[in-house]
Order: sequence, then structure tokens, then C-alpha cells
Amino acid sequence: MQEPARLTDPAPESAPPTSVPAWTRPRRRVGDAVFKGLVGGFALAVVVLGLAMAWELLQASMPSIRAFGWKFLWTSTWDPVQEVYGALPFIYGTLVSSLLALLIAVPLALGIASFLSELAGGTLSRILGFLVELLAAVPSVIYGLWGIFVLAPLLREGPQAWLAQHLGFLPFFKGPHYGVGMMAAGLILAIMILPTISAICLEVFRAVPRAQREAALALGATRWETTRMAVFSYARSGILGAVILGLGRALGETMAVTMLIGNRPEVSASLFAPGYTMASVLANEFAEASGDLYISALIEVGLVLFGLTILLNIVARWLVWRTVGRFGGTPAA
Amino acid sequence: MGAREPAARSDARHLRRRALNVVMTAVSFLCVLLALIPLVSVFAYILGQGAQAINLDFFLHLPKPVGEAGGGMANAIVGTLELVALACLVGLPFGILGGIFLAEYADSPLARTVRFTADVLSGVPSIVVGVFVFAMVVRPMKSFSAIAGGVALAILMIPTVMRTTEELMRLVPGSLREAALALGVPKWRTILLVVLQNARGGIVMGIMLAIARIAGETAPLLFTALGNRFWSVTLHEPIASLPVQIFTYAISPYEDWHRQAWAGALVLVFMVLVLNVIARTAIRARAGSAR
Repeated sequence: MQEPARLTDPAPESAPPTSVPAWTRPRRRVGDAVFKGLVGGFALAVVVLGLAMAWELLQASMPSIRAFGWKFLWTSTWDPVQEVYGALPFIYGTLVSSLLALLIAVPLALGIASFLSELAGGTLSRILGFLVELLAAVPSVIYGLWGIFVLAPLLREGPQAWLAQHLGFLPFFKGPHYGVGMMAAGLILAIMILPTISAICLEVFRAVPRAQREAALALGATRWETTRMAVFSYARSGILGAVILGLGRALGETMAVTMLIGNRPEVSASLFAPGYTMASVLANEFAEASGDLYISALIEVGLVLFGLTILLNIVARWLVWRTVGRFGGTPAA
Repeated sequence: MGAREPAARSDARHLRRRALNVVMTAVSFLCVLLALIPLVSVFAYILGQGAQAINLDFFLHLPKPVGEAGGGMANAIVGTLELVALACLVGLPFGILGGIFLAEYADSPLARTVRFTADVLSGVPSIVVGVFVFAMVVRPMKSFSAIAGGVALAILMIPTVMRTTEELMRLVPGSLREAALALGVPKWRTILLVVLQNARGGIVMGIMLAIARIAGETAPLLFTALGNRFWSVTLHEPIASLPVQIFTYAISPYEDWHRQAWAGALVLVFMVLVLNVIARTAIRARAGSAR
């Protein structure tokens, strides 16, 4: 936020041309420099903010890091009374629910994006695209509300009952099915990240040059073959980037998951069983946490989540940029 | 679909390829339909359940204790508006001025760093922003407060506002800048009076989009603004908000509160969607005409 440092930027030595009144030049330069410094300062604040966030989270989780070290990441006791904290159930729950969401959302998103970019005409594509985008506009807490009262009962009566009856011997479908649990969380996450992934895929597909498609069509490929060979393979790294961005969203999604995952810190192979995620333990316990070590342990959970999502975002943006940026556009995500 | 070919060539292999084409077309259309099911269902339930529960009391009264019928979320509605206003107050200067820098001084190393940081920050989970604000604001102030909630929401809106400001200013044709500069207008006045003026409508829409997003945010408010069952408009006390109230009521075991949660959802979704639809259509029309 140091604006004054930028005031020295422009080189003042060149003599003003004689046709311009001499008194206008220096003043204008001062105005420009001040303005550039001002807007630059506000822009710089974002970088400062990012660094402050990393630093503050690290500082605040130091007590917990010192007390538990790496053990924090792979032990599963979470006991505020004994002051022993291990985040494994939360990490496990976060990863499993997010991967489940990807499993459902990625094929759907690819289908949506290829339909909107390759098959639908302009108006239809715009309307459907707009509707899919609306899915992203619904607040997370509303999905949670809908999930509790509509999705979970539906899951309990329908698919889960069926799975328990016919595939109950598999470890994934063991135990009582409440509706609420890992499967419900994965499903709601899939709905929530679907618009993100499909919007970025759509953008990536549109960046594929027309000539690629025309070449494939000219060789006698059908629409689908063209999409598969000329579009999908060309956009591969962009698709991967979209998937990773979706994963990043899913990892940090809080409210809907908190309302649907059941909030029990245990590691279970069954998708029916309740679980817990890093984001939902923060949502549930942070406001009531007492004791410095407890708060510090929770902040460390936040730090892990922060690090993970930052890393995924950097990788994903690089991948998307490689595809879209080849043609000079800036990826807007 | 494909090229017309003589019937003689439609051997089994060819037929199989055509069939696969039809199947995949149907599958991708099915994907779109599948995605729209939750959308339709969510809206149907919110409208159905919300319309039954909503009445004038909802907008005018405070929440009643458990068991007493009636009451509303007046404090939460006002609280949400206050939090959003605070977030704008803190976040908009950074977003807009930073965005101007990104658009007009695009190639400096600082701009590239800022753009990258903003993109990465927009991927940080909102609950982590809540944790950060707890450590930075709530702990030193020793109290949950409206200010903390506003700051958390502001941090969430800065990257979005910054990037939309940048993008919309870039849509302004370079010839306008050149014309102004050629008339001897200093660069900073050119930017403010010509470029910004031209992009103004779009930027306002971008801001509306950002507001729509933060108005529904719940997670970062859980331990910054916390929530409040009573009236509070001061800045240093916990304050109620619509999303947090919906959350509390939804996970409660009381039938009455569930109804209130649906009514709250109806109000919140209505607010968010109106902002969204207006902003998105306006931005699209603008971006479309400028290209």
C-alpha cells in the first residue's frame, strides 16, 4: 500500500517540445503519477491481503502445529476434553465427498458443455447455458435446506434402499441408511460444482479453432467423432483445469455439506455413513470453541484447506490458461 | 448432421458410426436435462413451501421463542442489508480502483501479480476467509461483530469486482482513449472521464453480481457476525443475517422454525436471483455489442 514510492516512476528529464506550452507538462505528469500510484496501491492491497491471510493462518495455528506436528494430519482422535486433535476424519471426509462429487459432475458437465458448444444453436445454447449458470447463483445454505427436506428423504426411500437390498454386500453400501451422509453430501456437491465445471469447459471448447472441426468433418467424421477427436483431445488440458477448479470448489463448500453429511468424525468405507469435512467442522465448532489449543487446531484445519485450495487453483488456472490463452484471450473464471 | 452419402456406402460400420452419433447427441442433451432437474426442484420447493409460510409478520417482526407461533425475520433482513452495505463500503474502492489499474496498466509485473493473486483468492473457500477475519478482527476486538462480518464479505467480493471492472474497461475501444489523449487530456482524466464513464453501466452490473453472491454467503458469517435474535444495528455487536438464520432454523428440530426457514429462503433467493438475472443479461448484452 505504499503509493508514494511509485511517484518517482516517470523519467522527468526530456525537454518538452516547443509546440506544447511548457507549463502543462510537469503538472500532467504529476497527475498521472499520483493516479497510477493510487490505483496501483489499491491493486497491491490484494497481494498484501493474500500474503496476510497465509501469514495469519500460519501464525494462529502455530500452537497446534507445535503440539501435534505432522501427526495432526493422520490421527483421528478429535477430543476437546483431552485436548488431543487429529484431523484425519475431516480430511478423509472432505476428499471422499469431493471425489464423489467429481465422479458425478464431470461426465455431466462434459455432456452439457459439448451440447452447448457443438450441437445447440445460438439462442438455445444461450438459454440453457443461462439456466445452468443459475444453479451457481443459488446460495449454498438454500441447497442445504433443500437437501435436508427433499434430497435426503428421497435418497433414503429410493436409491439407498435399493442399493442396500441389492448391493448391500459391498463395503460402500453397508450399514443403516439415513439419507443424510456421505452420499447425500457428494450429490449436493455435484449439483453445486456442475455449473463451474461446465462453464469453464464451454469456454475451453469455444477456444478450439473452427478449422480443427472443419478438418475432421471434411474427412467424413460424424458430429460425435468430431467432438471427440477435434474438440476433446484439443481441449484436454483445459478440461483437466476445469475439473481441478471444480474440485477446489467442492473441497471448500461448507453450508450444504454441513447440513447433509451428518457431522460425525469417523472414517467409514460406507457411503451411507455420516462423515465430516474440514469446512463443516469449522462451521460447527469454531464459534463455540474455547481454549487456545482447540481454536488453534481448528485454525490449522483452515490452514490445510487454504493451502490445498490455493495449490489446486494455481495448477488449474495454469492448465485452463494454456488452452484458452493460446489465442490471446484472458480466461475469465 | 454429417455429409449426405450414397446409400451403397452405408455398410454396417457406417451405420454403427451414425448410430453412435445419434446416441451421443441424445446423451449430451440428457445431461442438460439432468442438470435442470435440481434447479426446477429447488425453485418449486422454495416457491411452494415459502409461499405458504410467508406473510407480513415475517417482514415486520422479530423471531419468537420456540413454541410461540408467528414472528418473523425482520432483524435478519435488515442485518443482511447492513452487512452487504458494509462490505461494499470496504470492498468496492479496492475492487474498482484495483480493476482500473489492471485494465489500464495491464502489462506491468505488478498487474500480472495482482491479477494472479485475485484469481487465486477467488478460489479460497469462504469459510477460510471467515477464519482469517476471526483471527484478524474478532480476536483483537474480543467480540463477534457486524464489522467483522462486513470485512469478511468484502474480502470475498474484492477479487470478483476487480476482475469484472478490468474486463469491462477493456471492452471500451482504444480509439476513444486515443481521441481523448490526442486532445491533450491527461491520462488519468482520460481513464476516469472517458474509459470509466463508458464502462460504468457494465461495472455497476458486475457489482450487483458480486452483491448477489455475498448476500447468500453463510459460512464466513458464522463466527464473524455470529447472529443475533434481537435488533442490532450497531457495528460492534453480533448481528443477525438472513442466511445464518435460515441455517439455524433449518437444522433445528422445530416444525415452526422449518416453515420460517422456507420463508427466509424464498426472500433470499428472490433477492439474489433478481440481482443475478438483471446483471447477467445486462452484462451479456453489453459485452455482445462491444465485440
